[in-house]
Amino acid sequence: MTLVQILVFIAFTLLVRWLCPRHWRGWFVLGGSLLAVFWLQPSTPVRNLDFWLPAASIALTVLTWAVIRPAETSRRVPWVTGMILIAGSFLTVGLLRYLPGLCCLTPSRPPQLIQIIVAVAVILVLFTLVFRFSPGKNWVSTAGIGLLIILFVILKSPALAGLASSGLRGVQGQSADLATFTDLPWLGFSYLAFRLIHALRDFQTNKLPPVSLKEFSVYALFYPAVTAGPIDRLQRFLPDLRGATQTEAIEDTIQGSERIFFGIMKKFVLADSLALISMNSQNAIQANSTIWMWVLLYAYAFRLYFDFSGYTDIAIGLGRLAGIRLPENFDKPYSKPDLTAFWNSWHITLAQWFRAYFFNPLTRSLRTRYRAAPAWSVILIGQLSTMILIGLWHGITWSFFAWGAWHGSGLFIHNRWVEWRRSRSPAVESHPSGSKISGFLGGLVTFNFVLLGWVWFAMPDPDMALVVFLKLFGR
Amino acid sequence: MVEKSRSSAGYPKNLRFYADVLLRALFLLIVFNLLYAALSPGPLLARISAYNLLFPGRLRLPYGENPERDYNMSLSSLEAMFASHEISGKPKSASEFRVVLIGDSSIWGFLLPPEQTLAAYINEAEIELPDGRAVHAYNLGYPVMSLAKDLLILSEAMAYDPDLIIWPVTLESFPEDKQLSHPLLQQNPDKVRALNEKYLLDLDVQSPGQIQAPFLNDTIIGSRRSLADLLRLQLYGVMWAATGIDHEIPEVYIPRQEDLPADTNFHNIPGPAFNTSDLAFDLLFTGQRIAGQVPVILVNEPIFLSQGRNSHIRYNFFYPRWAYDDYRQHLSTLSRENVWVYIDLWDAVDKDQFTNSAIHMTPEGTRQFARLLIESIIEIAGSSAPALE
Repeated sequence: MTLVQILVFIAFTLLVRWLCPRHWRGWFVLGGSLLAVFWLQPSTPVRNLDFWLPAASIALTVLTWAVIRPAETSRRVPWVTGMILIAGSFLTVGLLRYLPGLCCLTPSRPPQLIQIIVAVAVILVLFTLVFRFSPGKNWVSTAGIGLLIILFVILKSPALAGLASSGLRGVQGQSADLATFTDLPWLGFSYLAFRLIHALRDFQTNKLPPVSLKEFSVYALFYPAVTAGPIDRLQRFLPDLRGATQTEAIEDTIQGSERIFFGIMKKFVLADSLALISMNSQNAIQANSTIWMWVLLYAYAFRLYFDFSGYTDIAIGLGRLAGIRLPENFDKPYSKPDLTAFWNSWHITLAQWFRAYFFNPLTRSLRTRYRAAPAWSVILIGQLSTMILIGLWHGITWSFFAWGAWHGSGLFIHNRWVEWRRSRSPAVESHPSGSKISGFLGGLVTFNFVLLGWVWFAMPDPDMALVVFLKLFGR
Repeated sequence: MVEKSRSSAGYPKNLRFYADVLLRALFLLIVFNLLYAALSPGPLLARISAYNLLFPGRLRLPYGENPERDYNMSLSSLEAMFASHEISGKPKSASEFRVVLIGDSSIWGFLLPPEQTLAAYINEAEIELPDGRAVHAYNLGYPVMSLAKDLLILSEAMAYDPDLIIWPVTLESFPEDKQLSHPLLQQNPDKVRALNEKYLLDLDVQSPGQIQAPFLNDTIIGSRRSLADLLRLQLYGVMWAATGIDHEIPEVYIPRQEDLPADTNFHNIPGPAFNTSDLAFDLLFTGQRIAGQVPVILVNEPIFLSQGRNSHIRYNFFYPRWAYDDYRQHLSTLSRENVWVYIDLWDAVDKDQFTNSAIHMTPEGTRQFARLLIESIIEIAGSSAPALE
């Protein structure tokens, strides 16, 4: 999001919140979200893809809703209005190509109108098929989860993304020779996919509340959170959207504005300044001394935090202006005394997602199936695999794998250390000064462990990460 | 009496309270902006620098076309540019013979690392004068071809007590239309106007780029870009210290043009000779006046001599033969008449030693250039008589 986009969102949200009758607000927020998905989409060298990717986000959302829709929906018609709005947003964005003054909401000119009409028709047919035939068929939701994971793997793995780009370039009559894995910058797909998987999975386990197409689309594509999260839960989001927990508009406006202000400062002042001196694959090779290598690494760590938490502040602030309290994603992570506490305060909603849909089911299953297995082995497998998956969520590369394994191992070692200390030195724990010292030392060790972990995260491959480690330790 | 009702989160709900806060904030914003504009602390702030303190001083003035890769940037504040330079690092000691080099991109060292510029090669020679002083050369070149820009930098450089000034020039810096065209000159209108008035120059200070900026531009809001530039320059100091890089040198670049257009015009002047008003020779006199008692070596810097198509009418992409020959003649005559120390090195560097333009040299070409200058430095520094030609 640029500063201009943030200002437009602030103005739009305030107008909707203050001037719109309550029963119309949801529709306006949905309309704004649908257009924002197109507006925020980055440009791509593949022709028209900057239209088709946001269109696909919307299509995936409505198809997911067709799977998880409440059973009684067939007797109602609000979904028809929702579908009209969604099709209308496609056509509105498409029609802008004919208005020179307003063209275009997408980074490049949208495709021909006839192509958009065909796409809308295809989505409607698919929607009708899923709507009619999915009830009572669990495999449809499983297939939905599978499809999202496949898409995720294609986008996140450089080799597959390159192949996909070649294919898409071929379809558009462009040279496949120029295809690279960076050609598919699908705005917010990582977050959207996890929201949709959450809805499908909770639907399978009957934990999902009844939700209309309008509400579900707002949840999945809510414009403050579409770019960089947080990954909210539908059960938590719905009451806010329906106005059940709504606080006074003036209080939301003040607190939201305050949050946005801090977010802008973090992102555009601190993070963007630190970006000039942050470690990257270029300057890591050029750095000529150990001390400056550490400085670049520290700058990277704080830049990453201010950038991501700044975006989160802006998203939470915008949500607050709209009367929706998005969940927190950061809670002073670098000041935590241990790695477990760090992961309870860094990208909180992602960690919670993995805990709910991977770690807990996995460890439960391991404990049930292998009752004789020692507890530590279950913890090791659970933590290592969860953290590796969190790493791969950022991109399917060996660097992110290593970063995940680094944290998985760290969490396991911390877990064993806590167990060992509890049995050996309970007196130190209970003593106030002993607790303070161990908290300080723990914070120091944790921060530097996380800091060194960023080397894996920032470098494009493990070989380069090893070069950086050698420089950091004077070799 | 305003009722101070509070919500559960402790936020006062009263609209009047918020209006009050906004009004006070607006008032303070206006006051601070007016104060800033009235006090004009810009130059003072620009002199506050972490260079020569936390980071080593830069070996050449800040300039960067691609800051993210150069770890360097162009900015308009001369104070900040000098504050980041090694010349501001320490006062001149009794054992130092201070040489400053001004000039264009070939002196700054375009496509050269900072340790392979003309100044660096002079320093590499470790010249010690008969009186025991060690020669230290400072690179104050800047990649803009304009004699007015050279004067601007020279007038700042005089504060650093040079013992000798080396001023390499080339014809492309002389046309009148080039003098004030660069942003560095347009964004320093006060300094340019002061030079113009003090030395009775004929610079077009009424041109759009030189018009006095409106008052609003002096406020914090109006100065936000230059203030941000000051901060960015300090941040790039980290990268300068960490890498020693201040200019990205691409592995591949478009080489200087060998085959030349069949065009004999020079800046729309058809020839066969210049009129006295075509070139800014008067600025050379001003340079000598600014230098005062400090000796100046005026150098006609080396150029690439093409042997390709149309080389019978042009020396290179910049210069038709008639223009360059006439310019050399003028420069030589002026120097002789005014007893300036002048060295004409126009053909002193092999043609293979030029990189992407007719004046940018390879490290070896720069070394050849430096060798010739070193002889002159020793001669000038060793005797006060300016009789080299």
